[in-house]
Amino acid sequence: MSTVTEIFEANRAAGKETLIGYFPAGFPTFDESLEACVTMCESGVDILELGVPYSDPVMDGPVIQEATELALQNGFKLSRVFELVKAISARVSTPVLVMTYWNPVLQYGVDRFAENLKEAGGVGLITPDLIVDEASGWLEASDRLDLDRVFLATPSSSQERVDRTVQASKGFVYAVSTMGITGARDDLDKKARAVVEKVRTSGANQNVAVGIGISSAAQVSEVNTYADGAIVGSVFVRAYANGGISELKRVTQELSGS
Amino acid sequence: MTRTGNLRDQQGPYFGEFGGRFVPESLVAALDELEATYRIAQSDPSFQAELAELHRTYTGRPSILTEVKRFAEHAGGARVILKREDLNHTGSHKINNVLGQALLAKRMGKKRIIAETGAGQHGVASATAAALFGLECVVYMGEVDTKRQALNVARMKLLGARVVPVTTGSRTLKDAINEALRDWVTNVDDTHYLLGTVAGPHPFPEMVRDFHSVIGKEAREQMLTEFGHLPTALAACVGGGSNAIGLFHAFLDDPEVQIFGFEAAGEGMGTDKHAATLNYGRPGVLHGARSYMLQDEDGQTVESHSISAGLDYPGVGPEHSWLKDLGRAQYRGISDAEAMDALRLLSRTEGIIPAIETAHALAGVLKLGKELGPDSTILVNLSGRGDKDMETAAKYFGLLDA
Repeated sequence: MSTVTEIFEANRAAGKETLIGYFPAGFPTFDESLEACVTMCESGVDILELGVPYSDPVMDGPVIQEATELALQNGFKLSRVFELVKAISARVSTPVLVMTYWNPVLQYGVDRFAENLKEAGGVGLITPDLIVDEASGWLEASDRLDLDRVFLATPSSSQERVDRTVQASKGFVYAVSTMGITGARDDLDKKARAVVEKVRTSGANQNVAVGIGISSAAQVSEVNTYADGAIVGSVFVRAYANGGISELKRVTQELSGS
Repeated sequence: MTRTGNLRDQQGPYFGEFGGRFVPESLVAALDELEATYRIAQSDPSFQAELAELHRTYTGRPSILTEVKRFAEHAGGARVILKREDLNHTGSHKINNVLGQALLAKRMGKKRIIAETGAGQHGVASATAAALFGLECVVYMGEVDTKRQALNVARMKLLGARVVPVTTGSRTLKDAINEALRDWVTNVDDTHYLLGTVAGPHPFPEMVRDFHSVIGKEAREQMLTEFGHLPTALAACVGGGSNAIGLFHAFLDDPEVQIFGFEAAGEGMGTDKHAATLNYGRPGVLHGARSYMLQDEDGQTVESHSISAGLDYPGVGPEHSWLKDLGRAQYRGISDAEAMDALRLLSRTEGIIPAIETAHALAGVLKLGKELGPDSTILVNLSGRGDKDMETAAKYFGLLDA
């Protein structure tokens, strides 16, 4: 069983909420992103989602896009993702999933990327612009190396597509709560419940976490009543951008209820 | 690989190893709906008739062929024949695809269309179709391009569209597509993304090609009836590649017809300021499809450079990547300076001012004619007129009083 799955099960058994936190690698620099990620893990994030900065991030809203643009301007190189995963994993036991658009993986080489991720201690990938239909190389590599693979399910996905996504995913399924791109929203879309329901309906014993649009502790708690976890991104990025490590720590504690 | 068989019959999602649907799951349902609607329309005589009637009474099709003898004197004596897509309503080939997709949007019950634009030609065509069909229209345009194509921005606004300047990344066509994709992900229920080139996820490359294939179908017939033979070679400019594939498609299975695409080489081949994706790129995933693209070793997209906003794009349609690898088409680079010289030459020898994009094909023809010799006939897609480029041209040639 994957580390991520174990965390969902342990939290469920203990009646605890699960919080998945996103932070961009290399934002604003390599060293600062390391400290930020460690802080999030030490302050209540159960699973870390480490984002790879990419030149054309079509699923990201303005807050994350600005952060990843800055990381690239500051010279972030893809190979350092593995160093960062390793450095984080040396200091905290929180599992690290890497969130990446597909072209960087393709150019690095799918097998090589998977192998280096495994060596660094990473547990898998979240792939926002890779659908299961196009993922054969990654399915093979992740099977071989026992890495998690998190695909997206959305309000517009048919039950048939959700079934395939649920079957192909390992770790959890990422339920997109609104049709929109990432960015904190005041009203969490009711569509989230419908997506989670579709995942449950597909029958498999699969965890599902809801992301995109979650910005408050109340929303994290609400999502945890019907899903297995809540994914938060922009709020952490904004907190760090506005108030550095101390603000990031405060917001993480607030959202995780710790 | 072999180039026998029917290249014309190739359908998406894949052209060899290129194409596909590398998109967020959020868009898959919309792409499925679009493909299903398109497949029905393809075999629906009433759809085809409606589109043909629009082309006859609105676009002004068929577009004519014009032989340009004075221009050809500079092309090694080869005969040069223009397919006059510049005479279409809105001034370029872009209207062919826009009318087709706007009809599909209506069939899908979408009230709102969004579009990206580089030079503004596709944006103007989209705004035009939106006005004609009573649809809301939002056009995303890189901030850099809104400045160098200010006249087209005004045209879009006059037609009732909202033009959104894009200030992320390189602020050109690539980033306009990113913003349009973001909008679509968010508003997919009531919005159709009217993509303007043969790039993007399936079914766009195949569908946009089909809507533009009228160019080559007409031209092939016109060559046979007016000139009695097929051309020796075809020439077209290639950014995303829509006008080029529109001309090429009808000739793909005529092995005696050579095919040449001309990319923007910016400051020149061998420099690092260019948009010559098929010459200097390598396969990767950008904007939903696997194709050649300009990228660094990490797979980050590299910014392209061209005096022409419409060719200033670091990607290219997957079918062109396929034709390149098959060896069926050759792709060459033309610098800013070569294109501008050709723009002036056609203006002065023939009284036809081409778009700067199109001028890349004309510059290519000047070289190609010398290679192929005086017995050859070169058919060029004159994809757009140059009115929109007067400011750039006036500055470039110093035509304005200080």
